[in-house]
Amino acid sequence: MIGLTHYLVVAAILFGMGVLGLIANRKNLIIMLMSIELILLAVNLNFVAFSAYLHDLVGQVFAMFVLTVAAGEAAIGLAILVIYFRGRGTIAVDDANRMKG
Amino acid sequence: MDWIASLQATLPELVLSVGALALMLVAAWGGQGSTRAVSWTAVAVLLGAGIALAGPASYAGVVFDGLYRADAFAAFAKVLIYVAAAVSIVIAPRFFARGDGDSLHPEYPVLILLSAAGMGMMVSAGDLLTLYVGLELQSLAAYVLASFMRRDQRSAEAGLKYFVLGALASGILLYGISLVYGFSGTTLFTDIATAYGAGKSLGLTFGLVFVFAGLAFKMSAVPFHMWTPDVYEGAPTPVTAFFASAPKVAAVALAVRVAIEAMGPAVAEWRQIVIFASLASIIFGAVAAIGQKNVKRLLAYSSINNVGFLLVGLAAGTQEGVSSVLIYLTIYVAMTLGGFLIVLQMRDAEGNPVETIDSLSGMSETRPGLAAAMAVFMFSLAGIPPLLGFFAKLAVFQAAVDAGLFPLAVVGFVASVIGAYYYLRIVKVMYFDSPAPAFQRSNALVEYGLITVLALFISPVGWFALKPLGVATMAAAKALF
Repeated sequence: MIGLTHYLVVAAILFGMGVLGLIANRKNLIIMLMSIELILLAVNLNFVAFSAYLHDLVGQVFAMFVLTVAAGEAAIGLAILVIYFRGRGTIAVDDANRMKG
Repeated sequence: MDWIASLQATLPELVLSVGALALMLVAAWGGQGSTRAVSWTAVAVLLGAGIALAGPASYAGVVFDGLYRADAFAAFAKVLIYVAAAVSIVIAPRFFARGDGDSLHPEYPVLILLSAAGMGMMVSAGDLLTLYVGLELQSLAAYVLASFMRRDQRSAEAGLKYFVLGALASGILLYGISLVYGFSGTTLFTDIATAYGAGKSLGLTFGLVFVFAGLAFKMSAVPFHMWTPDVYEGAPTPVTAFFASAPKVAAVALAVRVAIEAMGPAVAEWRQIVIFASLASIIFGAVAAIGQKNVKRLLAYSSINNVGFLLVGLAAGTQEGVSSVLIYLTIYVAMTLGGFLIVLQMRDAEGNPVETIDSLSGMSETRPGLAAAMAVFMFSLAGIPPLLGFFAKLAVFQAAVDAGLFPLAVVGFVASVIGAYYYLRIVKVMYFDSPAPAFQRSNALVEYGLITVLALFISPVGWFALKPLGVATMAAAKALF
């Protein structure tokens, strides 16, 4: 029987992978955008699982809002990525070092 | 009837969002030529939203079935937010008008308006959903603002870093929200407080930690501050002035509301987090600023330092504490806007902006008025009486001592002495070093006027404002208890 705990564990693992992808990845900024999506989807899984467990609709409504905002966030992220690439000609994380200190 | 009352209470946000959408259409049709008109209309919209605060928006209480709070606390924070947003719009045209291709687009004031609407939602949130949507509206507009100079590599990099780390912060906050929802069964602040009062649970405590981590990110408190110096340095200066003032007010006010209204019964848990973040921010902000050579970067560390002092007031967790946070925010916004207004005046003979501290050398001889104003802001940020910055620090430490947090007050006080070093270094550079090439003179009467008003407010003249400020902040803080 798959219970609430299973969903929470999977969501926690997904969340951890997303955070690790942001911190450990030194190569590609697109991977960072994917990691952000992973984090938001982990949160959505949490919301939906809790919503089903509690028999309460608020969690699913919240998940809808998160999906919508995530779409907007991805659009803005890609737009910033494009102007960054135009100026620099690369999207490697290690090259984002014009400012230090 | 209920619906109409709810709409009336949210009038400031309605004015801002409808105004922003209308101005977006004007910007789309009018193109580059409409920038000036859109900017001044945007300032008028902010003024209109400020006037709308005088109505039910400041006393209606709980509307939209608990999703939204229209109380004195929110109204006080919104006044600060709107003033800071209006100043950031007014100072932008001259900064962008230097002809290297990145001119001011009419979208700039529209984005500031949308961001201000989001911040209004944040400080009025009565539910985790309102909190999240407001926060994202503010952040998404801010990411674009940070990278507004499209051809400037530093600006693009600042936008990118802000976006990635801001999105991570939102993710952490959301994860916390999902845990709080799951273990309390609700997203309403009042019901969450009941759940925290009912007893301890591991899930609720985890949720609290994640929520506070996300909020610490948004207000750039240590250990979640790493984006601040880069973003402040890379973003265009008017945008940096905006970041250092309005979103900071919104994030701190939101943290206060969440801490008191939603997690009030768990004060023992969040107080540890707040005290740690507070001391770490004060000490790190003071020490890391010492070696800086860029003025904007220095002011970024100064803002981290100031968030630490704001959190001292929150750690008290009392009505006096909340009131002291609001006093500190008011005075901090005046000081930091003044500082950035002076950074805006730093241009070499060709009119290009310069940002190094060395270029301030001997400013007392070349530009005595500006140097005196900068000295006022720096002395005030260092907390030296009789300037208002001293009374701000006094208020937060007083609240902490009254709440029995003696060690916090003592350590914070000692660390503020370390911080005084780098503020005073700027004064020393301006007054005792041999003059660097003078800055280009300009006839920016609006900016000089703003600098004068802010410097007078910070100076002993501002003592007249202290008493009404105390009364207003106490009334605002009462709305939370």
